[in-house]
Amino acid sequence: MEHTFPQKVLEHLFSFIDSNKDRNAISLVSKSWYEIERRCRKKIFIGNCYAVSPTTVIKRFPELRSITLKGKPHFADFNLVPDGWGGYVHSWIEAMAVNIPLLEEIRLKRMVVTDESLELIAKSFKNFKVLVLISCEGFSTDGLETIASNCRNLEELNLQESDVDDLSGDWICYFPDSYTSLVSLNISCLNNEVNLSALEGLLGRCPNLQTLCLNHAVPLDQLPSLLSRCPQLVELGTGVYSTEEMRPEVLSSLITAFSGCKQLKSLSGFWNVLPSYLPAVYPICPRLTSLNLSYAIIQSSDIVKLIGQCPNLLRLWVLDYIEDVGLEAVAASCKDLQELRVFPSDPSCLEPNIALTERGLVSVSKGCPKLQSVLYFCRQMSNAALDAIAQNRPNLTRFRLCILEPHTPDYLTLQPLDSGFGAIVEHCKDLQRLSLSGLLTDRVFEHIGTHAKKLEMLSVAFAGDSDLGLHYVLSGCENLRKLEIRDCPFGDEALLVNAAKLETMRSLWMSSCSVSFGACKLLGQKMPRLNVEVIDESGPPDSRPDNCPVEKLYIYRSIAGPRLDMPGFVWTMKDDSSRRLELDVAGVEAQFRNL
Amino acid sequence: MSPAVVVTEEEGRSKLVSASSPSLDCFSQNGVVDLKERNYLGLSDCSSVDSCDSTLPSLCDEKKVNLNLKATELRLGLPGSQSPERDLDFYSTKLDEKPLFPLLPAKDGIQKTVVSGNKRGFADTVDGFSQGKFNGNTGINVMLSPRPVVAHPNTVKEMPSKVLQERPCAARGTTGHNHAGAASIAGSQPASKAQVVGWPPIRSFRKNSMATASKNNNDEVDGKPGPTALFVKVSMDGAPYLRKVDLRTYTTYQELSSALEKMFSCFTLGEQLLF
Repeated sequence: MEHTFPQKVLEHLFSFIDSNKDRNAISLVSKSWYEIERRCRKKIFIGNCYAVSPTTVIKRFPELRSITLKGKPHFADFNLVPDGWGGYVHSWIEAMAVNIPLLEEIRLKRMVVTDESLELIAKSFKNFKVLVLISCEGFSTDGLETIASNCRNLEELNLQESDVDDLSGDWICYFPDSYTSLVSLNISCLNNEVNLSALEGLLGRCPNLQTLCLNHAVPLDQLPSLLSRCPQLVELGTGVYSTEEMRPEVLSSLITAFSGCKQLKSLSGFWNVLPSYLPAVYPICPRLTSLNLSYAIIQSSDIVKLIGQCPNLLRLWVLDYIEDVGLEAVAASCKDLQELRVFPSDPSCLEPNIALTERGLVSVSKGCPKLQSVLYFCRQMSNAALDAIAQNRPNLTRFRLCILEPHTPDYLTLQPLDSGFGAIVEHCKDLQRLSLSGLLTDRVFEHIGTHAKKLEMLSVAFAGDSDLGLHYVLSGCENLRKLEIRDCPFGDEALLVNAAKLETMRSLWMSSCSVSFGACKLLGQKMPRLNVEVIDESGPPDSRPDNCPVEKLYIYRSIAGPRLDMPGFVWTMKDDSSRRLELDVAGVEAQFRNL
Repeated sequence: MSPAVVVTEEEGRSKLVSASSPSLDCFSQNGVVDLKERNYLGLSDCSSVDSCDSTLPSLCDEKKVNLNLKATELRLGLPGSQSPERDLDFYSTKLDEKPLFPLLPAKDGIQKTVVSGNKRGFADTVDGFSQGKFNGNTGINVMLSPRPVVAHPNTVKEMPSKVLQERPCAARGTTGHNHAGAASIAGSQPASKAQVVGWPPIRSFRKNSMATASKNNNDEVDGKPGPTALFVKVSMDGAPYLRKVDLRTYTTYQELSSALEKMFSCFTLGEQLLF
């Protein structure tokens, strides 16, 4: 079979196959297919930068043009991972600078990027085109200067939600006059004002510009002149959307500017909205497919007026100011809606201060037949509502519900929300991502283990009663890749019995649970292809008895062995004496089976 | 970075252990007693039994001194100056009696001493604490996620109850507004309570953006939200790691300061174990 097609033909065939999953599958067919595939692979996605070493990647894929790397665990977004944990990209850049000088694209998420790294990128890759840094940190506008000065073919610079040391807004002046290739620029995370005239010049000379996301420091009265330089924009993130006082001439120039943007499909930004300026976007609303109002503090009536003109919305992000009544309006007018995210305006306030309840979500689930992806923060929920949502929308693939107060029961029956979430996993057979909240017992995990067969990522907080909960998930969810747990009474047994499962997953995070240090050691020693890392800021865990629970635990599969850049508060459970522990493990397993 | 210089006080005397820092002399002579120094590096021993007697100041209380400070002090003496005696008993007993790293304040409160040479002592910046406010300040749980209540041999008995208080209605299933400390922190927001780290799961970028935005949009909306979180990174000289702090959980500088002290006190571990 292998000799049916010559190598060149196979290569040509493979070039049509883009998805990482398919490429990985191809490489497993046979040795010769593995060899052919690896030599022509252009793009690679590495979901955990510590799972493999840069050298290994480069050796296997010498013709890479695009790399995507993710660093810190997802819970780092919520300050659960201490600073200094890791995720440094520099060693990757160094290795690629030497071996893959034709690299064109680097996409990073939750990694530490230094100015030094940026400089190395700028000077090493002559054809560099795409730099995407999502939720990254560790660099300053100085680093951006080197990128701007050196990357003559840069097409995309995206700093979404990164923590940038904003030293000066003049970095943008470093794009030379001869530079015209910009396609996408996202600087919404920057705190300070960028040099506006340099920005204007940049926009004016880049005819292929499609995406522009400004930061809140860009004044609204500058927006029209910026827009006039790039009327071909497809995606716009405004700066601040107000002026100290309403100025009619600003409104009219905005209207003119927006009317000129015939391709505009996506709007975001809207920091600090003065509602009187909202009508300026009405002309483009009918074309909008994506609207992000999640930073806009405006009343429900204004939101509804705006959304009422956007019948083609596919994606809506909004604050809970929209209220149930606003979501009913969405359900009525946005029939193509695929993704809804409702964020809390005041997460710390316990009293329901906003008329947004489970009813809003139920109406959208009923009215929007294409709804697939939900992120919803609210203060009350009921099993009946969850059941309705599940039956209305079995096509859900991502369902993340955050009831703000932990352990909140069904507000109607005061029961746990087990059956409600159970309905979700039972009806939504293609569910890939699920986040739980509210009062939950082990039963919900039994439901999940039984039904959620396509589930890939599960986030759990303040839930469950015992190890059984964790065991249900680890033993039942066949496609589980990422599991993150905080503040649940899960301990050693479920983890140890399901140790082999962990090698089939990308990672497991457990914090404020009841996993003992002894169990971590056991796991680390028994499973050579897992890195078991204990995070404990109160001191070395072996200064306490083995049965003490660890603060935080991060387990991930890796072929690179324990990492070498761990800070003082991270301990790896790697030991050479694995044999004597096999007896211990067998004993625990036997005990558990007798439960 | 100027090295920390330790002032140890024994039996009412101030003994300056430093080659040169005239400013310290001024401190010790000009009524240091009115000021309260804070030692963020934890050169004072936070788990010594003796120091626990010194509750929040009674300001002239030079006698209530942490004698064990000597064991961990940094010295800037000339060669041949007196070296501190290591109190070995201290190290062996503390493990039994006290948590190694009480990240929450023990009932005693803040430990005294240590003024760094060129830097303004913390005491310069505050007037002094009221004991009640500090002790009731259980609402601050900035860097710890609430732990399940598990018996630790090393844990002080106060710990579990404090942990319970800080967990958001852990086993209760109801909204627990039972944090006296939290009320003082929340100030104008009696309905808010001690914030759990990382909950609700909202990115700092969004939290900070909302904080800025709500400041500017004060009169716009019904059901005006209260202050949302505002995270800043805090870096302390000598401490190996940065910390993130939510400024909104503190209403006064004193609260912030004591929280920072607790946060960074765990870095004394390295020094204690080295000896």
